[in-house]
Amino acid sequence: MNGKVAKEDLDSRIFDTLNIILLVICTVIIVVPLWNVIISSFSSGKALAEGGFIFWSPEFSLENYRAVFNDSSIWQAFFISVSKTTIGVVTHVFFCAMVGYGLSKKYIRGRKLYVAMGVITMFFSGGMIPTYLLIKSLGLLNSFWVYIIPALFSFYDVVILMNFFRNVPDSLEESAKIDGAGDWHIFLKIFIPLSMPAMATIALFNGVGQWNDFMTTKLYITDQSLYPLQMMLYEIIVQSQTQSMQNIGGSAVIETTTKGVQLATIVITTLPIVLIYPILQRYFISGMMLGAVKE
Amino acid sequence: MSKLAVETSSTGKKPIRPGGRKPIGQRVKEFVIDYRRQWEIQSMIIPGIIFMIIFCYIPIYGLTIAFKNYTVIDTLSSAPWVGLENFRIIMSDKYFWDAVVNTLGISFLKLGIGFVIPIILAIMIYELNSGRFKKFVQTISYLPHFLSWIVLGGMLITWFSTTGLFNQLLLSLGLISQPQNILLDAGKYWWIAVLSDIWKEAGWGTILYLAIMSKIDPTYYEAAKIDGASRLRQIWNITLPNMKSIISLNLILTVSGLLGSNLDQTLVLMNSQNRDKAEVINSYVYRMGMSQGDFSYATAVGLGVSIVSVILLVTANKITSKLNDNQSVL
Repeated sequence: MNGKVAKEDLDSRIFDTLNIILLVICTVIIVVPLWNVIISSFSSGKALAEGGFIFWSPEFSLENYRAVFNDSSIWQAFFISVSKTTIGVVTHVFFCAMVGYGLSKKYIRGRKLYVAMGVITMFFSGGMIPTYLLIKSLGLLNSFWVYIIPALFSFYDVVILMNFFRNVPDSLEESAKIDGAGDWHIFLKIFIPLSMPAMATIALFNGVGQWNDFMTTKLYITDQSLYPLQMMLYEIIVQSQTQSMQNIGGSAVIETTTKGVQLATIVITTLPIVLIYPILQRYFISGMMLGAVKE
Repeated sequence: MSKLAVETSSTGKKPIRPGGRKPIGQRVKEFVIDYRRQWEIQSMIIPGIIFMIIFCYIPIYGLTIAFKNYTVIDTLSSAPWVGLENFRIIMSDKYFWDAVVNTLGISFLKLGIGFVIPIILAIMIYELNSGRFKKFVQTISYLPHFLSWIVLGGMLITWFSTTGLFNQLLLSLGLISQPQNILLDAGKYWWIAVLSDIWKEAGWGTILYLAIMSKIDPTYYEAAKIDGASRLRQIWNITLPNMKSIISLNLILTVSGLLGSNLDQTLVLMNSQNRDKAEVINSYVYRMGMSQGDFSYATAVGLGVSIVSVILLVTANKITSKLNDNQSVL
């Protein structure tokens, strides 16, 4: 009996050790490449051209960042990214909450039809070209509002908020009504403050989506003054790709400069996400649970 | 104030009606009356409905241009009908079939490897005893999910460049003698697409599994321990069976998305050297529609893909429900 227990202990310990080793390898696989990008972005052009470093750059310099920040278009793009994300998130969350609040009331007329219409949009869409033609005929091409208006609404988010509002006790609403409050008043003054956790989750997910989105720009925007950071970065990447392909023996200097600029832009583009990531992490797990429970 | 009071007293519950259907005229009348009473709350919903009609239903109607010959000078209704002509052209389009082969190749590799890894990773994280290391692993593994494909694409290009991390590692390990940019090697593109996708999403994929595992009754494990079951045995006989339904659900969703390979990823990683192996259906639709202006043709391709995807969804749901003792997951 004793021998059996000891053997199990040993088995278990081997399992634990192997498990930890494998997970350490996994984290190394994620961390090292990211670290390498950061370190490379702070390297001088000469160090980048020679390469050959993984963890530590032989020659540190801020020249890449200086080059990026001296370019006025990066400030413009940063401004576009920040404004489309903040305006987009606020309007999206408010709009979805408003519709979700309305639909959370069981007694409203036409509710079944509304929900059915919404569910259909979760599975079917017109796809890229019909949507493009719509955006074009609405006159939203090359307009800042193309970042905001088509992204106002998502039935998935409406469903999450709807379920959340339904869990708020009815008595709160009833007592407010006795005091003479209308539906809008109840929604704005009672339900919105009570639903902050759910709305924060949706806001954070939507915010990451808005910040990272580049297809909207690629499809609907040709005016460079409306480019967000992601699109700027894409242009730099495409440009450097073509260069490095033409560059057989040619101007290695140009290549390393664009490479440096590219690296610095990558870091700048990602920085806001990394900064809010700790806040994000607290919320998104509960948010995922919220989404999973209704399935 | 008195107006408000009238409204609020009537917004309450639906009036109780005696059984049986009333004549249509009266029902319409009641509907209108109810609607007026609920105007305030209806005014919150109607904007959403109008949004859906404009931004979801009009594009669905717009799919009809797949059966038309739409040119820039036409409007949606004035373009002449051509029946299935666009689909006939697709069938004999070599580039389309190349894109299909690439999409399926990449998707099946993603399905075969990318579907299993998050499950294994989730089990490994779940089996960790130390709380702090567990949290650390989770934090690190979720992080790549929040990078956009553009950022990751830029990183990949840096890592794979001749002076970059990847060549450096291989050189120092003595696996290659000459640095080489594998992003320009068409033959390796599928693997780059698949492995970079796994690198980005595997950690994120564990969240749902971990949430389900945290709900497994710990007494199962205790009982198994007393019976002398090894850790692997416990995983096989307790953890996995408890995750069966969520795994099936995920599988169904993955299978239905097989044809919709990541457009962002392709656009950023595709170059003139690897195009033959990198072009997927979505990027083909983008190129035909947006770059070459062949709207009808591109829409037809898109519509065909959606139809096949719905068929895949229904089939996958049927098969997994058979495996799950006839309990449909969807």
